[in-house]
Amino acid sequence: MTQSTQNKVDSKQDLINYLVRLGDDSIVLGHRVSEWVSNGPFLEEDIALGNVALDYIGRARLFYGHAATLSEDGKTEDDFAFLRDEREFENYLINELPRGDFAYTIVRQLLVDLYNKHHLQALKSSTDETLVAIAEKASKETSYHCRRSTSWALRLGDGTQESKRRMQLAVDDIWGYSHELFEVDALEQRLIDAGIAVDCEQLKQQWLADVEEVFEEAGLTIPEATWAVRGGRKGYHTEHLGHLLTQMQFVHRSFPGATW
Amino acid sequence: MSDHTKLEVEHELEIAFQAKIDDEQKVEPKDWMPEGYRKNLIRQMSQHAHSEVIGMQPEGNWITRAPSLRRKAVLLAKVQDEAGHGLYLYSATETLGISRSQMIEALQTGTAKYASIFNYPTQTWGDMGAIGWLVDGAAICNQVSLQRTSYGPYARGMIRICKEESFHQRQGYQIMIELAHGTPAQKKMAQDSLNRFYWPSLMMFGPHDSDSAHSAKSMKWKIKRETNDDLRQKFIDQTVSQIEYLGLEHPDKALVWNEERNHYDSSDLDWDEFYSVINGNGHCNRQRIQHHIKAHEEGAWVREAMAAYKQKKQLKNATNAA
Repeated sequence: MTQSTQNKVDSKQDLINYLVRLGDDSIVLGHRVSEWVSNGPFLEEDIALGNVALDYIGRARLFYGHAATLSEDGKTEDDFAFLRDEREFENYLINELPRGDFAYTIVRQLLVDLYNKHHLQALKSSTDETLVAIAEKASKETSYHCRRSTSWALRLGDGTQESKRRMQLAVDDIWGYSHELFEVDALEQRLIDAGIAVDCEQLKQQWLADVEEVFEEAGLTIPEATWAVRGGRKGYHTEHLGHLLTQMQFVHRSFPGATW
Repeated sequence: MSDHTKLEVEHELEIAFQAKIDDEQKVEPKDWMPEGYRKNLIRQMSQHAHSEVIGMQPEGNWITRAPSLRRKAVLLAKVQDEAGHGLYLYSATETLGISRSQMIEALQTGTAKYASIFNYPTQTWGDMGAIGWLVDGAAICNQVSLQRTSYGPYARGMIRICKEESFHQRQGYQIMIELAHGTPAQKKMAQDSLNRFYWPSLMMFGPHDSDSAHSAKSMKWKIKRETNDDLRQKFIDQTVSQIEYLGLEHPDKALVWNEERNHYDSSDLDWDEFYSVINGNGHCNRQRIQHHIKAHEEGAWVREAMAAYKQKKQLKNATNAA
């Protein structure tokens, strides 16, 4: 194999790995949000949360599907979702945290939705055409998600004392997981250099400005503590992910080779 | 007005009302209607709404375990549709002068019912197929006839609901096709789900016409358009070839074509079991209601916060305007 062919193969594998981790983020969060079905505070929210979950699951299928096509080894989107173990999943930790109460879910969604707003906007400038198409579709959904999580954050932050207490508690418990969203590893750096991936470090200031604006109106404060948990992109997960995958994968794995 | 005259007026109104029904005109929310008609409709429509809502639980039970991403997305969309049906039906019922919170209270305290089929547990992925195919299939038989029901908002709601339900039935049957034509273990799963859900699906049409407390009046007012037994027969007949196509065994060993009736003759149902489950002895009766109450109570602070926020905003707007 010549050096240039080898480079091509490596960069293709890099892209596949990148797509799979974006798929992991989407499927894991989609799973968490889908847990709200029949558990929402009222019927309209069962529907709305189901919609958001569907958007994330749909997004996972697009990322995994693109990875499967590039793999050229007969892999399907389901192989990525159902046949990899916890250590191989590379989603950000924030996505795997249990759904918590409604405040916890809203705070997580707000932070992730605002992150996705900037992330998808940047992804539209990728040199990979399929990624651009996915980003175009997903950012339409995300603009709706942002409206939703922002308006809920305002209502709950500025609602009753109890709702404010719950929201601030959620912010305090989740904030430490937001830092790794803006850190780039060697794989992403290679793809950034190739014009394919998003440079997440560049998104932090805009994201923070958005969050601060909502928090100020909602009467919520960003914790000052330097607490930060990292590891999602290295497969170094919280204990929650293993249980999520056990549930998600068990039927698929119980019937090897079956189609559904 | 004396009591006597009141009764006379009421009697005349009732005659005019029945004439309108007989003439196939729809009754609309602001029209005069007999109290019995209103009550009967509230009972049936709220029960229908509650069934959609409680029905989210047995299917929601498998969203996180669906065996492929495609199936997961389809099932989630389906359950979401059911929530939407619950919403239309609550709104349509509210036109009869009852609030959603009153209906929810009646569900949670047990004075209102939901379809007893949802008291059966969903144990395997095959049950998602069987529920879509058989349970939604039975519901469609009933709902197609309700598109012609005499109460306008209910009839119009049914038209939209039927369109979505036919998708649901197809997705259920598609799950069954994959299983029945899949590996031996999958086929076994399909047969097991068919065996467990076939009989309760037939019971969804309600008791025999002769034992049905509400049937006669509902037929006269054209709230119901076909009887329980006629609808059940239709469902039995249409399901035979569907089971054949799947290559599964029919759960009813006594099933035989009756040339004279032009229908299948079938085993009588185990009505003791039917009433036993309705009366609380199903696997999930308590679980379903407790789940609903728990979600409702856990959401109380959210609803309170929404109301408080709205009030604050209104106050602020009023102050700004002044």
